[in-house]
Amino acid sequence: MKYTLSVLVENHPGVLSRVAGLFSRRGFNIDSLAVGVTEDPTISRMTIVVNGDDYIVEQVTKQLNKLIDVIKIKKLNPKEAVERELALIKVNANSQTRSDIIQITEIFRANIVDVSKETLTIEISGDEDKIEALIELLKQYGIREVVRTGLIAIERGNKVISKSKSEEDE
Amino acid sequence: MAKMTVARAMVEVLKSEGVEIIFGIPGAAIYPFYDALYSSDIKHVLVRTEQAAVHEASGYARTTGKVGVCVATSGPGATNLITGIATAYMDSVPIVAITGQVNSSLIGKDVFQEVDITGATAPFTKHNYLVKDPKKIVRILKEAFYIASTGRRGPVLIDVPIDVQMQEIEFEIPKEIDIPGYKPKEKGHPLQIKRAVEAIENSKRPVVCSGGGVIASGASEELRILVEKQKIPVISTLMGIGCIPTDHPYYLGMIGSHGQKEANLALRQADLLIVIGARLADRALGDTKITDNMKIIHIDIDPAEIGKNVDTNIPIVGDAKQVLSEINKRISERKDFWAYEIKAQKKVLPDDDKLHPYDVLKEISRAYNGDYIITTDVGQHQIWAAHNLYIKKPGTFITSGGLGTMGYGIPAAIGAKFGRPDKEVISITGDGSFQMLLQELATIKREQVPIKIVLFNNTRLGMVYELQKKRCTGRFIATCLDGNPDFMILAKAYGIESMRLESKEKLKEAIEIMKIHDGPFLLEVVTSPDEPTIP
Ligand SMILES: Cc1ncc(C[n+]2csc(CCOP(=O)(O)OP(=O)(O)O)c2C)c(N)n1
Repeated sequence: MKYTLSVLVENHPGVLSRVAGLFSRRGFNIDSLAVGVTEDPTISRMTIVVNGDDYIVEQVTKQLNKLIDVIKIKKLNPKEAVERELALIKVNANSQTRSDIIQITEIFRANIVDVSKETLTIEISGDEDKIEALIELLKQYGIREVVRTGLIAIERGNKVISKSKSEEDE
Repeated sequence: MAKMTVARAMVEVLKSEGVEIIFGIPGAAIYPFYDALYSSDIKHVLVRTEQAAVHEASGYARTTGKVGVCVATSGPGATNLITGIATAYMDSVPIVAITGQVNSSLIGKDVFQEVDITGATAPFTKHNYLVKDPKKIVRILKEAFYIASTGRRGPVLIDVPIDVQMQEIEFEIPKEIDIPGYKPKEKGHPLQIKRAVEAIENSKRPVVCSGGGVIASGASEELRILVEKQKIPVISTLMGIGCIPTDHPYYLGMIGSHGQKEANLALRQADLLIVIGARLADRALGDTKITDNMKIIHIDIDPAEIGKNVDTNIPIVGDAKQVLSEINKRISERKDFWAYEIKAQKKVLPDDDKLHPYDVLKEISRAYNGDYIITTDVGQHQIWAAHNLYIKKPGTFITSGGLGTMGYGIPAAIGAKFGRPDKEVISITGDGSFQMLLQELATIKREQVPIKIVLFNNTRLGMVYELQKKRCTGRFIATCLDGNPDFMILAKAYGIESMRLESKEKLKEAIEIMKIHDGPFLLEVVTSPDEPTIP
């Protein structure tokens, strides 16, 4: 099972390495980790995708909570969250294949952001499945390079994760 | 607001936190701090290696309940602290470790005596700081003391570059500390407490397994009330020894692979296990399998401990003292004590004319009537001590239970004696462990710390030797300590009185001599290499 955790942390140097270090030390698998500053510049938000069972997710949450710099953790329900990942894909393209690739790109509502004689670079955002599907289709042309950001997620509707700790999140 | 250097400010915060004593070794990267210490009345104990400084701070913390403080310079000074810090982390001992660091502008350049100590200690400190902004030092130090001493306690490290130590700041101690990500939860959830009370009352064969958390939270009295009301047998982990007097009619002993038979038997037969302030790590459980027909209540201040090693039916996050007193308010009385039978099977120790370690420990218990603080090292002697010493009060049996650090005992005893000068402090050690930090004899001499050292000399790394005997069909490698010094001459070199005990007839006399001796004393007990851990 995959779980998405949204983690508010203090925006200090060293926090990322503490979080990442915790994963390797405790033997947890992270699928992806994306970090960025929030609306409050003193706080960053990490979106962590963890692969494991209930025990693992519970342990990850509890161990993360022990880090002094971690302010809050919330497990997101995929049905109630918007999840996105950004990917840049550089694919081989020649005069015969170019228009096919452009068509595929349009179907996926992706963008072509760079063109050269032999390649096209495509930007796509979406959930993991969508990106996987596009990569799968582009493989036949020869993918040169893929860069992915890892998942970020936010809850739907007016719910927010705020800095103050409340009982229900523990 | 007064203007002063960061180094001065550091000393001022230490004073305001009630720090009376610091253990450490100076160096170029920490000299401004030492210079500021010069004109304060905080006592500084010069140790002979930095690892001892942490262990001494640890012994001090564990006997006083205060935060222990140690200091080292950058680079090798800082790395020498590492084993001690990890030891304190595993045993949840509140420590603030201060290290000097190279000039801020040189950090990351591999300059002379530079090491990334915050990176190195991140996995086994509760938290750590590299101070880059001089203005933050006061807040950081305050936070460090707060974090070290609250919730599940543990070591906090602060790394201060030398140029930062020399900067001038406006000194003001913040009134309050607010760390958004750190809000330890002390009160147990009322509903869970209710469920726990029901489970205890409905159980037929309940057992309490108590760990170091009971001692750390000062919950011994509450524990005693609970177990006496409900007539529950108590078993403990190595860290939990002393949670209840070892001669209490309900105390069955230590569990685990090196535990007592009665305790393990009770654990196997229980239908309800009440774990309090313990991790139930592999060594504590031994080969006992937790089965589905055993219910588990787990009380711990650290939520991450609950459900980590064993599945829990009723988790209670909170301070043991608070949770137990809430349970006690609601719990009824029970009539029968189910474990008497187990207790009656208690093994009788062999009695022959040889001098056995347990004879020595029983005699020490008798002579002092449990009126002492014991520290131990790691090995067979540690287990002998855990099984045979009379431990009357919580916090008087001090051992490296989590990391199992050889070399812990002597410095921990020094720290303990500084913390409780009114108490007799006895360190039980082995010839292997003793030699890991024996340079602290110099600290004992210099500071005239009147601790008593009982050294079991079996010319072996006994615990490992025993393992090789059992598991490797006697293929002994690297466990014979040929080349041991004459420990009495060694003690003499440090100006410490000593005695060698070789026969049972002299036992009483030797303990008496040690007891009445005014000042530090080493009692070397010559022990057979084939003496088993559990007879
Ligand atoms: C620093 C350290 N190194 C190695 C070990 C592994 N170890 C555990 S017990 C032991 C032997 C201890 O020998 P000694 O102190 O003489 O005690 P004895 O078992 O003989 O009583 C060793 C080497 C350890 N626990 N700590």
